[in-house]
Amino acid sequence: MTSHLPALVVTVPLLTAFAAFAAGWLRPKLCFPVGLTGLGITAISSIWLLAEVLEAGTVTYELGRWPAPWGIVYVVDRLNGVVLAAISLCAFIQWISSRASVKSQFSDRIGAFYGLELLFVTGVMGITVTGDAFNLYVLLEIASITAYALIAMGGGRAPLSSLNYVFMGTIGACFYLLGVGYLYIMTGSLNMADLASILQGMRSSQAILVAFVIIIVGVWLKMGFFPLHGWLPNAYTHAPWPATTLIAPLMTKVMAYVMMRLVLFLFGPEYSFGVLGLKDVVVWWASLAVVAGSVIALSQKDLKRMITCIILIEIAYMVGGTFLGNRSGTTGAIFHLVNDVFMTLCVFLAVSSLAFRQRELDMDTMEGLFSEMPFTMGALVTGALSIVGVPPTCGFFSKWLLLKGALEAGHYEFMVALILSSLVCLVLFFRVFEAAYFGHGERSHGHHRMREAPLGMVVPLLVVAIGIVALGLMSGEVISSIIEPALPRGVL
Amino acid sequence: MGTEVNSILPLLAVMVSAAVVPILASSRSANVREAWTFVAAFGKVGIVLAMLPHVLRGDKLSFEIAPVFPGVSLAFRVDAMGELFALVSSFLWIVTSAYSIGYMRGLKEHGQTRYYSYFALAMSSTMGVAFSANLLTLYVFYELLSFATYPLVTHHQDEEGRSAGRRYLTYIVGGSIGLVLPAMLVCYGSSQTLDFTPGGILANSGLSRFELGLLLFMFVFGFAKAAIMPFHSWLPAAMVAPTPVSALLHAVAVVKVGVFSILRVLVGIMGFELLLGQALGGILILVASVTIVGASLVALCQDGLKKMLAYSTVGQLSYIVLGASLLSENGLSGGLIHIATHAFGKITLFFCAGAIYVATGKQNISELNGIGRRMPLTMASFLIASMSIIGVPPTAGFLSKWLLITASVDSGRLEGLFVLLLSSLLSAGYLIPVVYRAFFLPQPEGEPTSVVAEWRSPCSIAAMVTSFGCLLMFLSPGLLLGLARKAAELYLGV
Repeated sequence: MTSHLPALVVTVPLLTAFAAFAAGWLRPKLCFPVGLTGLGITAISSIWLLAEVLEAGTVTYELGRWPAPWGIVYVVDRLNGVVLAAISLCAFIQWISSRASVKSQFSDRIGAFYGLELLFVTGVMGITVTGDAFNLYVLLEIASITAYALIAMGGGRAPLSSLNYVFMGTIGACFYLLGVGYLYIMTGSLNMADLASILQGMRSSQAILVAFVIIIVGVWLKMGFFPLHGWLPNAYTHAPWPATTLIAPLMTKVMAYVMMRLVLFLFGPEYSFGVLGLKDVVVWWASLAVVAGSVIALSQKDLKRMITCIILIEIAYMVGGTFLGNRSGTTGAIFHLVNDVFMTLCVFLAVSSLAFRQRELDMDTMEGLFSEMPFTMGALVTGALSIVGVPPTCGFFSKWLLLKGALEAGHYEFMVALILSSLVCLVLFFRVFEAAYFGHGERSHGHHRMREAPLGMVVPLLVVAIGIVALGLMSGEVISSIIEPALPRGVL
Repeated sequence: MGTEVNSILPLLAVMVSAAVVPILASSRSANVREAWTFVAAFGKVGIVLAMLPHVLRGDKLSFEIAPVFPGVSLAFRVDAMGELFALVSSFLWIVTSAYSIGYMRGLKEHGQTRYYSYFALAMSSTMGVAFSANLLTLYVFYELLSFATYPLVTHHQDEEGRSAGRRYLTYIVGGSIGLVLPAMLVCYGSSQTLDFTPGGILANSGLSRFELGLLLFMFVFGFAKAAIMPFHSWLPAAMVAPTPVSALLHAVAVVKVGVFSILRVLVGIMGFELLLGQALGGILILVASVTIVGASLVALCQDGLKKMLAYSTVGQLSYIVLGASLLSENGLSGGLIHIATHAFGKITLFFCAGAIYVATGKQNISELNGIGRRMPLTMASFLIASMSIIGVPPTAGFLSKWLLITASVDSGRLEGLFVLLLSSLLSAGYLIPVVYRAFFLPQPEGEPTSVVAEWRSPCSIAAMVTSFGCLLMFLSPGLLLGLARKAAELYLGV
């Protein structure tokens, strides 16, 4: 049974998705428990898998018993083991929390919505677990297409934003596919481990260089790395809340994982950081992206849009950290990826709880929220402090490593950008907290007291908030036993 | 030297006030809230006192919460320096709580539940700073304190509070993230540890004099709670808070945490020997002196009583920095003792200011004519505390000032001597007129002349208690001196 774990983490959500579609027709009430069970099993399997990897090292699973370079393999090492655990937990928590808002927004299409969500989870889990470059593309399309559909299910301008995302996303995926095509022509292989070993002997090839560049650009587009981020704020802002809270923490992070997998393992650190000579340019560019993201986020008035724009900053951290090319920087980038899944989840869930009680989220209607919704606001504060990077929340520790990496690599501009963006995030969130604490001018007469969000939303939210602090306190353990050993040998 | 003993006491001392926060936050009854505040406050003093014998013996109580980086963990270690600070602030918390009750009830303030909860949280953070074993732990609690005190500073939730709160966070969090964090990284990067070590951790780091100077400045200004000019302006702005909060800011926690952090960095991270070797003390003395004189001059021109006291604090804090930057044993112990003596003196002054406000609604110095006849005991306390701030015997302020002056002379820093004497004159210049007005000028026509029932006002009683403390510390300075010497011994090896 345990030997099938790598397949389970993908097949369980896939089968559950069909079950949820079917339940949507027959007994819509069953959709929620079916998905809950499926995601629960997925989360438990992922954690089990991580434990197995920590104990016994890399796990390889051959789909249909086809051996490695010919068949598709799922490979789980420490890097994707921890990412799998994080995203499956995130999906599980989000599932519980979004129940009430799915019910109120999609009562007539409940099966379709839940089915798509589960397919999306299948896609991101698959992207993370697969050890095959082409299979990754297929799963990427599954995740993307379901994401387009989920976003388009929102009202108003959502379909338009989704269409924009379709165009951009498809371009990104095509770039990736094209690059993989180049690699296939040059090497005749699609298996990542196989590719990595063949590529070692082809470092001077121009075709490989082109492949690297177009693959990375494609992935960056999917990540929303500045200036390829144009689709992201609209898509995530106009999406319905239950879709946003699922897609925002997962999609860009999983693509960041893909970037790390390709840069650190497929092409290898010697090639990506040494032979190419692009590393410093990318770190400079990432610093620029951090600053640009901060400016974009500062100029937002709408709360949902603002927290969406913070993703742009976080993504740039991960790109910069990865391309610092030293131990601290790369460790920091990986740890930040894991942390960011939970930080983003926390902030988005908290704001979605606010939105659940109050349809319009602007600064004028926020007065008194601290006393009316204390738990939600408390969790929002925790998430915000983690994004700012205040200890003992986990965000501080990954930021510390990123800063340390930048210092060691002599990339002071990245340090400045990191610190600047931390302060910008502080300003961003304090504007919100100030509005909630002081009110905006006179309290309007139409203001009615809000109640705390339903228990089904508050409890998962608090779990995430506590988790952020717990992860921070355990960071020493997590870094030394999971993340540092996950690095490939070439990273010094 | 003493040994290192594992003990849960430091953790308890930190947590005891945080533990009552849920009770405080959920209780509807004012009596329950206040009773639990006292339970926590007395519990805290009790635990801190229980650690005292160990500290005097030279043992270090330590407790590790969690390892975070190689060579750095979140951990507590109680030594004489931390114990001294913890004793002062935990004792003053009891008095401040009593005072808070009188003040908050007397003015029927809103949001008292929130007030007591965050106050307790702020106390936990302060203890955390006092007992931190390394710079990272100190940073954690330093930040926690910044955020825990924000709702206290902005308690009134009005426009003034909003802008004061903004300024407060901008300076304090801006300083800690913008300056302290990178400085801390550099220290960690060059020595792979952040432990407060006798002799510092940077001795073999190979940093140049310029780099060390830069680090020094990043720490000194980055710990903006110490309100060194030009990073001081949040402190006068924060005077919009209720008076017991000002007392917390000025005496019990915030600003003291700032200077305490600076002292810790100077002795435990940079190391006196290194600073002496690189001749970096002089420039620090200059910075402190400018703040001392500048703030005292500004205080002279203030009419708002609390504003004047705030500027006085800015100046007095730099005494402590000045003491440490003399880089000698006397200087360090003088600075440490000044933490205690200034705390008692300044808290008394704030208590008096608040007592006057509660009883008569007056906030400006120019309105205080003849107030001494209506509130004689309060104003007598004010006089004693003023003497302590100026540094006149038989009050505690004399003790620390004497040590600081001796230290300046010993280390041949005559500019330090000059600044200290000048500052004494200036502080007499802004404090004595208040006493003079209160006792010797006639009350304006048409104001009530009845004597305020001071014995029934917790505010006045609190002021009397702390002013008595100012006298007591002068009369039996044994414990203070002992702890300060112990700290100097530990870090300077003399």
